[in-house]
Amino acid sequence: MAKVPVEFTLNGLETAEFVESGTTLLNALRDKIGDTSPKGGCHQGTCGACSVIIDGELRLSCLTLAETCGGADIKTTAGLAEGGVLHPLQRAFLDAFATQCGFCTPGMIMAAKVLLDRTPNPSREDVVEALSGNICRCTGYEPIIQAVLTAARANSQNAA
Amino acid sequence: MSLALQTFSTVKDANAALQAAGTRYLGGGTLVIRAANEGDVSVSSLVRVTDPGLSRIAVSGGKVQLGASVTMAAIARHPELVALAPAARAVGGPAIRNMATVGGNLFAPAPYGDFAVALLALDATVVTEDGELPIETFLAGRDVGRAIVTGVGFALPKAESFRFLKVSRVKPKGVSVLSIAALLELAADGTVSSARIALGCMADRPIRATPAEKALLGCKLTPREIAPALAAAGEGIAPITDPIASAWYRAEVLPVHLGRLLLG
Ligand SMILES: Cc1cc2nc3c(=O)[nH]c(=O)nc-3n(C[C@H](O)[C@H](O)[C@H](O)COP(=O)(O)OP(=O)(O)OC[C@H]3O[C@@H](n4cnc5c(N)ncnc54)[C@H](O)[C@@H]3O)c2cc1C
Ligand code: FES
Ligand code: FES
Repeated sequence: MAKVPVEFTLNGLETAEFVESGTTLLNALRDKIGDTSPKGGCHQGTCGACSVIIDGELRLSCLTLAETCGGADIKTTAGLAEGGVLHPLQRAFLDAFATQCGFCTPGMIMAAKVLLDRTPNPSREDVVEALSGNICRCTGYEPIIQAVLTAARANSQNAA
Repeated sequence: MSLALQTFSTVKDANAALQAAGTRYLGGGTLVIRAANEGDVSVSSLVRVTDPGLSRIAVSGGKVQLGASVTMAAIARHPELVALAPAARAVGGPAIRNMATVGGNLFAPAPYGDFAVALLALDATVVTEDGELPIETFLAGRDVGRAIVTGVGFALPKAESFRFLKVSRVKPKGVSVLSIAALLELAADGTVSSARIALGCMADRPIRATPAEKALLGCKLTPREIAPALAAAGEGIAPITDPIASAWYRAEVLPVHLGRLLLG
């Protein structure tokens, strides 16, 4: 199978690779580009562990072909920390014990990030809805919901 | 994985490419890429169209045109499509809604196709390069037709005349036990003057509840008067069985949920 070029911005950096035609964005990121923050839980769209942000929208990288992302602006959890300082969502997840095995965490954080980018002061229902496509088998969800609400409060205090 | 992707700027060229064996159209990919990931080797080549017209939403003079590539998220947030938002929001979680298209939903086998259920109740028209088809005709022939759907059109319902309900076990985003959409016109005395009811999961694709529609005519929306319509709801259905629910269960609960939708 012929290789095809893909070019996009990944966490602010111009990125170019050759992938086999039909490669999912998830596999391209993990196996070719070396960003292993999106996880492959199901490759079926069901678990949300592979969630990334493409042009400001939450997407499942396991159901997206890398070739369709030409010119896109892609963000993953690997790009959140700045200069070794964790993003408020990452900090809140650690502090609230919202991470146990950690497999769902990058997807949860991506889903939470698009929520907070649009709705800086979400209600609990907003958080539950925003995370509804993401499965966690460890935490029971409550610590994750609390972490997102805490991060939102931290953000609004910083902004004030 | 060996999946070739061909990108075209026009529907015409893409339609020509789709004639090749093993070739499928790529909408949002939530079903077709999922199938490939699962090992479905019947598809070796995907075709997509970049024409921005396919992502257009047009609302004017009480008529709505949705391009086939319009996503559930775009419908859910559109200020003029508030009546349809519950049906669009019923599809998957947030990431799925950002990807799932109107065109793909028309092809989605039960238990999927919640938005297509709404379109069936709205008596939508399905548009291809060959012309327009009533949605019922389209759904009946969707397994054999290969033409790319370019969009759907329908009259914008008044918010109070259109009702949608999806029943799922996992909240807020589980797969359908069933879904129901109803377009009801009431006369001045509160009796039903016209009814179009569509059901999801009551066959392998959305179907109309024609016997229930007929039984509703002339009734007021009270528990006593709708009882014959609820009794008729199960006529002609052949619900699916899947890990969510058996056909028996789906048939049992259909009248209960139809009653809630009509009385709610
Ligand atoms: C985790 C998960 C949850 C889901 N939950 C729901 C749900 O709650 N409700 C629901 O209704 N669905 C659900 N779905 C199914 C699916 O996401 C939707 O039905 C969606 O609308 C399908 O659209 P798509 O653009 O992704 O289709 P694709 O996967 O791109 O295509 C599906 C099929 O339709 C054909 N097709 C697509 N567009 C066209 C067109 N314009 N012309 C001709 N053929 C076309 C394709 O060739 C393919 O055969 C879910 C899927 C997943 C993975
Ligand atoms: S790996 Fe993509 S949703 Fe599970
Ligand atoms: S922390 Fe283990 S799946 Fe969520």
